[in-house]
Amino acid sequence: MGVEQKLGNMGIVTHRLEDLVNWGRTRAMWPMLFGLACCAIEMMATQASNYDLSRFGMELMRPSPRQADLMIVAGRVSRKMAPVLRRLYDQMSAPNWVIAMGDCASCGGVFNNYAIVQGVDEIVPVDVYVAGCPPRPEALIHGIMTLHEKVKTETFKDWG
Amino acid sequence: MLRPGALMRGMWTTFKSMFEKPVTVMYPQVKRPVSKRFKGRHELKRYDNGLEKCIGCALCAAACPADAIFVEASENTDEQRYSPGERYASTYEINFLRCIYCGFCEDACPTEAIVLGDNYELSYTNRSEAIYTREMLLVPVHPSAAPTPQKVAPGTFDRPIPEMEDPD
Repeated sequence: MGVEQKLGNMGIVTHRLEDLVNWGRTRAMWPMLFGLACCAIEMMATQASNYDLSRFGMELMRPSPRQADLMIVAGRVSRKMAPVLRRLYDQMSAPNWVIAMGDCASCGGVFNNYAIVQGVDEIVPVDVYVAGCPPRPEALIHGIMTLHEKVKTETFKDWG
Repeated sequence: MLRPGALMRGMWTTFKSMFEKPVTVMYPQVKRPVSKRFKGRHELKRYDNGLEKCIGCALCAAACPADAIFVEASENTDEQRYSPGERYASTYEINFLRCIYCGFCEDACPTEAIVLGDNYELSYTNRSEAIYTREMLLVPVHPSAAPTPQKVAPGTFDRPIPEMEDPD
């Protein structure tokens, strides 16, 4: 006997707070404008009118990490860039998520050498890895939808 | 200098665009067809009788510039036949986060077993999910064909590389 059945006749809808907050988070997740290499071209194409990330509540790419929720690491990260990436991640306000877009950001890809970080999960926690070299705009949108599915399963414990 | 004519012409362009058809592809619902030459997720092909085309030679792994492919071969017997010839790929793994979809494996394959398909929806929450095994890469068996391993008559499939109509 839930509270919904008792309040059913009064026109009140109850819901779990977790679902409501996660729904809100997936509907307004602003990505950070952080293109590093060729994947950034596809990221720009995803933002442009042909694929239009605004449909997913990502109205603008924010150039400031303090206004962004989602970091799309688009491209290879060199060892020199790694501390910058970590600093930008630290400047983002919680809750924040990271998508490793493309092979190089995910695991180094074809650049298996001393200059490239072999996957950005060495320096920041990554939520979704998108395969492709570079991924099509559709593939990036698929990655964003995978992230949304992940965010929808988050609980109170994950928020803390 | 203020030029009202130029301003109005610009505003007219803005006004006209309100009545144009939107160019946006509604991706998750509408999928734009990929081009014929698109290189997406790999598939391991089969012959019409259900035998696997891959003979485990690992030329794809040698050609791969990103070291994304791992192949381990085992011996075929006539009781347990997976592919024509002596050997078949008992382990075939591709790491799709390493793969750069260049198609060199497709070019290197002597039996045209590995072909890059048109699936691009590859995103993972875990890096180990990106490693696809042989069972995930093999195309399903045609209903009229038998699954592998097959029991065949001795001497039927001795030749690993088939007679091709147009060998290029």
